[in-house]
Amino acid sequence: MTAPLTSLDRPNSYIGRSVPRPNAKRLLAGRGRYVTDIRLPRMLHAAFLRSPYAHARIIGIDVEAARALPGVHLVAMGADLAKICTPWTGTLDHFKGMTSEPQLPLPLDRVVWAGQAVVAVVAESRALAEDALELISVDYEELPAVVDLDAARAPDAPRVNPASQSNLCFRTQLDSGGVDEVFASAAHVIEQEFSFGRHTPVTLEPRAIVADYDPEGSTLIVHHATQTPYQFQDLYSRHYNIPEASVRVIAPDIGGSFGMKLHVYHEDMAVVGLSILLGRPVKYVADRIESFVSDIHARDHQVQARMAVDADGRILAMDIHDATAIGAFSTYPRTSVVEGNQVIRLIGAPYDFRSYRAVLEVVFQNKVQTSQYRAVGHPIACAVTERMVDLAAGAVGLDPLAIRAKNVIPDDAYPTASPTGYRFEALSHQACLRRLRDLMDYDALRAEQTELRQRGIHRGIGIATFVEITNPSPAFYGVGGARISSQDGATLSLTPSGEVRCAISVTEQGQGTEAIVSQIVADQLGVAQEHVKVITGDTEVTPHGGATWACRGAGIGGETALQAARRLKANILEIAALVLQEQPAALDIVDGQVVSVATRQPRLAVAEIARIAYFRSDTLPPGTQAQLTVSHHFAPQGYPFAFTNGIQGCSIEVDVETGFVKLLKHYVVEDCGRIINPMLVDEQLRGGVVQGLGAALFEECRYGETGQLLNGTLADYLVPMAMEMPDIVIDHVETPTADTILGAKGCGEAGTAAASACVLNAVNDALAPFGASINTIPITPARVLKALNRF
Amino acid sequence: MSGHPTMPIDIDEPDEAVRVRLVVNGRKTVCEVAPRDTLVDCLRNQLELTGTHAGCEMGACGACLVQLDGHAVHACLMFAVQAEGARIDTIEGLSESGAIADLQAEFHRRNALQCGFCTPGMLMTAHELLSNVARPSREAIRDALSGNFCRCTGYEAIVDAIAAVAEARAARAAEGTPQ
Repeated sequence: MTAPLTSLDRPNSYIGRSVPRPNAKRLLAGRGRYVTDIRLPRMLHAAFLRSPYAHARIIGIDVEAARALPGVHLVAMGADLAKICTPWTGTLDHFKGMTSEPQLPLPLDRVVWAGQAVVAVVAESRALAEDALELISVDYEELPAVVDLDAARAPDAPRVNPASQSNLCFRTQLDSGGVDEVFASAAHVIEQEFSFGRHTPVTLEPRAIVADYDPEGSTLIVHHATQTPYQFQDLYSRHYNIPEASVRVIAPDIGGSFGMKLHVYHEDMAVVGLSILLGRPVKYVADRIESFVSDIHARDHQVQARMAVDADGRILAMDIHDATAIGAFSTYPRTSVVEGNQVIRLIGAPYDFRSYRAVLEVVFQNKVQTSQYRAVGHPIACAVTERMVDLAAGAVGLDPLAIRAKNVIPDDAYPTASPTGYRFEALSHQACLRRLRDLMDYDALRAEQTELRQRGIHRGIGIATFVEITNPSPAFYGVGGARISSQDGATLSLTPSGEVRCAISVTEQGQGTEAIVSQIVADQLGVAQEHVKVITGDTEVTPHGGATWACRGAGIGGETALQAARRLKANILEIAALVLQEQPAALDIVDGQVVSVATRQPRLAVAEIARIAYFRSDTLPPGTQAQLTVSHHFAPQGYPFAFTNGIQGCSIEVDVETGFVKLLKHYVVEDCGRIINPMLVDEQLRGGVVQGLGAALFEECRYGETGQLLNGTLADYLVPMAMEMPDIVIDHVETPTADTILGAKGCGEAGTAAASACVLNAVNDALAPFGASINTIPITPARVLKALNRF
Repeated sequence: MSGHPTMPIDIDEPDEAVRVRLVVNGRKTVCEVAPRDTLVDCLRNQLELTGTHAGCEMGACGACLVQLDGHAVHACLMFAVQAEGARIDTIEGLSESGAIADLQAEFHRRNALQCGFCTPGMLMTAHELLSNVARPSREAIRDALSGNFCRCTGYEAIVDAIAAVAEARAARAAEGTPQ
């Protein structure tokens, strides 16, 4: 009981404290208000007829019977919406030579993937709208479909976009120089090919939207299950030619997003148009099979990798070719190139070597578009790098931890840069490595593995070091011409009762944004957290900002809240100083009371200052205008990204008879800088790890030869469930960024970044005695048995 | 691609209303439903009990679990007409009655939820499990949750919360405190 007092023992010191989320109680009582729950007066429901073909020309569409069905209000086709919606193109200027076809809500004359929405029906209920779909006949002329990556790259391949010369969306190359020379003289050269399957985010709440256009006022309100309401305000305004201030996007409770709910989807754009055409609210909620065929997919890479290593196991060079298949279009407005771009730039990122060359080819095919999903590019880059490091360790006879200790960028080497051009402010690979060895009890695990092998039990240990991109600056999308904000804004008010209201542009999808913002504001202002109300997700109420993506909620949103709170505090103390006949610098706020800095004695309640300022301004000196509402914006400066790092380890067991992989335990040591709420960080990490484990072992969008998705239900597409998941042990190293006062970096993608790499290495470790290896993700039982020559 | 199997040509028929009598969260209720409406449609659309969620509409994800005559069932897998005469308890009812207050408090304390969309179903499963087994092992808890899909949490905090409530209930029972 005599432990020294820490900063957390001060009143109102919430930064670093594991407090529960205030808004979670509502969700636990079933009082969430998701877009799927919203019903408006006079609301109609949309359903979409979808293409059965992966590639076909639309010869004709007969909608007469559907239009005649009682209860149907509108049947719309591509041309109907093209009259009011301008097309969009998913390219960015700084990806030189990048191409993608212009897109419209519904196609005019050609479908390019199986499942693409072709006709929209709006009716009095969803069921009636679906009845009407049954009455529509579409005459298609099937065209040759390009289904897999190799086929798409063949010189004589049918073209996904007939106007293009090839199926190439984008090609780029990085070269630090001297790579061939290093490979020619290296003691060891390791070569490997990797294959990563497509998977999809599978948010439990499907995509949902209610568009409500008022023709009298020419205003549009969209209740949208999205993580980026401001981006959609801009898009609906520009593509439907409505003044931005007349477009309001509200994102209430969101049932999972993971990057999936920030892309433009054809149906969502269509629903806005349908509401404009009808002048009535229109709701659309994707059902699960629609989610599988129209939500973005992700990953889908074929990577060839070479690594040159010296006789001591020091990494000298890497040479990479990444080909990635993105579907028929590049997504808008972020593009489908960002993932591959991050793969080739993140490969090798934890390691200290200079010679790097990489080629990226981004290729179209007749499938639904791929794009950014949690930990964009990271799992591919990490799996390739970490598997190559394990192979190098094997070649020189080093233990996996030892080769990593030898090659990671030393903790005292910062600032430094990767050979791919990323600038690192300060990372902590060596500290994390040491921490992981203890956390796993690595030596004991190895001893147990050896002993169990003799009894025919095949366990594997996997290690994966990672670097994560967080807090992106305007250099990320802004330079490419996309209207995607890297700044956030907050409006902070002291209410007449002395409480605090914070309207902020970062959004909440369950990760705890509102909790951490209230912690930061309460901490900085010196008030109780329960007196801070945080408002998110409404473009009409909160200032414009990037909202929540790329792990920027705490690092950018949190810093915005911190700076806004400091400004409001200064204003409160200015009024207090007038009332108390003191200098503002002599005053502070503790526990909702203005106190004297010198004595810490309470002088006046903050609520009393609010009362005087709002109701009795006549008692303040002439000329005083109390500014008890402040609006403040913050955009990252300094480093283009706040890179984080960490390391994961896992212990698995392979049943060599059945090919099943059992996850025994997973370990994470992670450095996200300043931790605001340790419990929320740990739970973000655990959730992220499980998404990475799903990718490693279960999740794959499987297509037939004609481009049909074969496993578009939750019974066929396997996601991790409680029974298969291990306990996940977490530890932290804290290296705050010096670019902000708060010092926080992101943590939401760290779990996903390295989990599948860990499992890949662990399975290969378990299979090593059989001389078998596997370099395909997901690692299914059939693939394990194939590697063992038993299938 | 979009929902229901082929409907008969006479599309008036599936929308003909049928009266269904239910006891929902302790109150007698009469609903007019179409024969093709599922129980989750009826609860969400007719009764505006939006705490019960539809995630997969095929009984795989568990977001739609409700209690029917005291047992957890998938509200997406049965038609509303099949629930004629049944007692249905949804997350709203269990919250108001206080039957799961300790589970809700423990989930809150441990952050055993993120987006909250799966959470009503998780609580239904936890409630059912603890009604049948006083002190389930962690493995038994994970097994019981095998029909509940959560994309956010990683499950561990949910398992921890349920285990902690089981312990607390067992300790209270040992002391003879009424639960």
